Amino acid sequence: MNIFFQQLLNGLTLGSVYALVALGLTLVYGILHIPNFAHGALYMVGAYVAFYLVGAAGANYWVAMLGAAAFVALLAVLSDRLVFHRLRNAPPLHDMIAAIGLLLFLEAGVQAIWGAEFHRLAPPYTQIVRVFDLVAPAQRLIIIAAAFGLMLVLHLFLTRTLTGSTIIAMAQNREGASLVGIDATKVSVLTFAISGALAAVAATLFAPINLVYPSMGHLVIMKAFVIIIIGGMGSIPGAIIGGLVIGFAESFGAFYVSTDYKDIIAFALLVLILSIRPQGLFPSGAR
Amino acid sequence: MPSKTFQKPLLAVLLALGIVFPMIAANDYYIYVMSLAYIMAIAAVGLNLILGYTGQLNLAHAGFMAIGAYTVGILTVDYGVPYWAAFALAGILSAFIGFFAGLISLRLKGHFFSIFTLCVGFIIYLIIEKWDALTHGTVGIIDIPAPTGLGPIRFDNTWSQYYLVLFFLVVSMWVMSRIVNSLLGRAFLAIRNGEDLAETLGINLMRTKVLAFVLSTFYAGLAGALYAGFVRFIGPGMALESHTFDMIAFILVGGIGTLFGPLLGAVLLTWLTQSLQFLQDYRMIVFGPLLILLVMYFPQGLIGFYRQRQARRAAASAKDRRTQRAVVGTAQEARTNA
Amino acid sequence: MLEVQGLTKRFSGLVAVREVTTTFEAGRINAIIGPNGAGKTTFFNLVSGYHRPTSGRIIFDGQDVTNLRPDQVARLGVARTFQTTNLFDQATVLDNLIVGHRLRTTSTFWDVVMNTSRLKEDECRCRAKAEEVLDFVGLSSIAHHLAADISQEERKRIAFALALATDPKIVLLDEPAGGVNPEETLGLAELIRKMVRNGLTVCLIEHKMDMIMSLADKIVVLDHGEMIAEGTPAQIRADQRVIEAYLGADYAAA
Repeated sequence: MNIFFQQLLNGLTLGSVYALVALGLTLVYGILHIPNFAHGALYMVGAYVAFYLVGAAGANYWVAMLGAAAFVALLAVLSDRLVFHRLRNAPPLHDMIAAIGLLLFLEAGVQAIWGAEFHRLAPPYTQIVRVFDLVAPAQRLIIIAAAFGLMLVLHLFLTRTLTGSTIIAMAQNREGASLVGIDATKVSVLTFAISGALAAVAATLFAPINLVYPSMGHLVIMKAFVIIIIGGMGSIPGAIIGGLVIGFAESFGAFYVSTDYKDIIAFALLVLILSIRPQGLFPSGAR
Repeated sequence: MPSKTFQKPLLAVLLALGIVFPMIAANDYYIYVMSLAYIMAIAAVGLNLILGYTGQLNLAHAGFMAIGAYTVGILTVDYGVPYWAAFALAGILSAFIGFFAGLISLRLKGHFFSIFTLCVGFIIYLIIEKWDALTHGTVGIIDIPAPTGLGPIRFDNTWSQYYLVLFFLVVSMWVMSRIVNSLLGRAFLAIRNGEDLAETLGINLMRTKVLAFVLSTFYAGLAGALYAGFVRFIGPGMALESHTFDMIAFILVGGIGTLFGPLLGAVLLTWLTQSLQFLQDYRMIVFGPLLILLVMYFPQGLIGFYRQRQARRAAASAKDRRTQRAVVGTAQEARTNA
Repeated sequence: MLEVQGLTKRFSGLVAVREVTTTFEAGRINAIIGPNGAGKTTFFNLVSGYHRPTSGRIIFDGQDVTNLRPDQVARLGVARTFQTTNLFDQATVLDNLIVGHRLRTTSTFWDVVMNTSRLKEDECRCRAKAEEVLDFVGLSSIAHHLAADISQEERKRIAFALALATDPKIVLLDEPAGGVNPEETLGLAELIRKMVRNGLTVCLIEHKMDMIMSLADKIVVLDHGEMIAEGTPAQIRADQRVIEAYLGADYAAA
């Protein structure tokens, strides 16, 4: 029972981090039809900024998280204005190559500043929470609570505010939205900012129980892509559900199958699903 | 592309340069670097077939190169298979796996294909890294034998290996020129221009794309096999997507969808990295923005640019000839009337 | 020549084409008209194999082609153009056209590697065909221009030429005169007549009503996926349903 609970908790932790990253990716894809390969690098930069703020600047964990979110949001907006926006009429191949260029630049830049070695973000909460005979590290509970809290805020923003609903409108129909006078520039800036902030928050949440290093974004971004293909590109609930599915599959797979191959599970799932259904599980979406 | 980029004399000069290079190179290290550039060029020429000519961004290409390299490494080191037998198998095995990967992945279009192949590449990397018993895992395979001699020729020094690699480069380029200048190459290009239109022209989309994919993975396998025999040490890292990104940079700099673009890019960028020492570790700080600037302002690459200018000039001179003829015609007419 | 029976296409609940039954006779100019979103392009997509119909049959030249792929349909002699034609901009116009005849050739990958005489013959035939269709559409003079440098009207003609290079029996033209000026429209209409004089059957979608009325032998009117009328231009002009749904009262007076 306890072991099962541990796997459940692990799965939920992983799943909520994946979901946050996938949400940003799916929003950008839904609105701009760019598969942002650099999204994982944004996640990585977020972890480094938080690491720097906590370590060198001595900031509080939550302040560092806010700082990282703001910085990465700015970075994401800049990447839109300086790169993706200018390529909006170029062939799709160019968007993808530019995103790869951005990814390479960010990784090499971080490596030039902080080196290639592994760093550790000091865990702010080291307590262990006990309920009956179940134990849970506080940081994991914080990850889950913060991630779901943030998803709730995002949901309210997208559905209850005018600005948020313009994002939804544009994800559903780009031409239609510009016809009814939605400011496309404002929407894309906002979308990139949100996606960057989500990535940075996810990284800052996850970093205390993980390591910080330049290529830490690779696996996460690839899994996020798997998630949004499974959940439907551009679909917000799809990203959350997909994130949890992959999170649970990995934590239970690592335990019951093999730790060595746990990272392959997500990709194997993708290959399997796409071999059977090339259009994905939820083909409607913003495809 | 159909219209020949280079005239025969220019090709002969290029080949001659390739042949005399070891004689004018300052030291063996330069010959070594050049050989590596050629090997990467073979892989990039293959990637260009699916990316540049057929318009599908395959991000698993380095994975297929690793399959070729590991085929040679595993067979020669662990099973004592002669180098050339393993070498022959390497290309075939890469293409064979490429066939199945292509069947699944090419049903997806555009972005989805690229994302999917990114994952395929990572699966290849993970399998190589984790399957210790077969691949030696993170340790990699060391002491891979150099290519065994063929008759009187031996491949035990940098010079002879350079010529071996050059030979395969020339053959690869020659076969590729056959392919891309033929009707088949035009069918690939038609798919790149627009899959719908290509289908309307009676091109079987799936079959043609799979063919391009299999051919490109064969080139990757061949490059990997040469790499294994040349560097003689391989690790799982060679399957990582960052190596595919390197090849994309070669292709974009030299000219996407041109025969010689990948070769030019591979040689140029390899020497650029070599000559700028600080670039060795941080080359991506330059390559990354370079990729972005290229797709923004110079998407046709060096050879594409050159070819475009030549074609414009040819069109202009054809027009001139016509106007001249017309002028002469009118003048004659005027005279007759007078 | 081309016959559709009860053709229906549904996209996740939405009916794009509903129970259309009609025939297009050989050697005629047939037009499909209707307001935006009437299902005209979907109709073309069904006939040319891009979509599988939800129900109904498509018979071309006496053969059931309902479930064939686009490349198979093309081989049987159905060619089509798109509203926009992407060309390979860095190549010449002629180079862009050569691939059009590939479906009538037989050389394989091995012919390519071995550079056999069969391949050379095939390539000669394709080049000859490209020159022939370029001449047919009146653009021989720009054969060696870069595709990037040609005008909108020339691009339209190139699209025709590409379709013709496949040796079709019927050509489906999707807005052949979209985005060109009135004078050029007349030229394109003349080109369409020339195609029919040369034994082709034409079926086109067009919004330019003057062009349709003077050009078409038969008009099919779609509205919300349904065929509301078919007949000669004169019959269509007098049809009460068409006037209400589409043409407007003043057109009837004209």
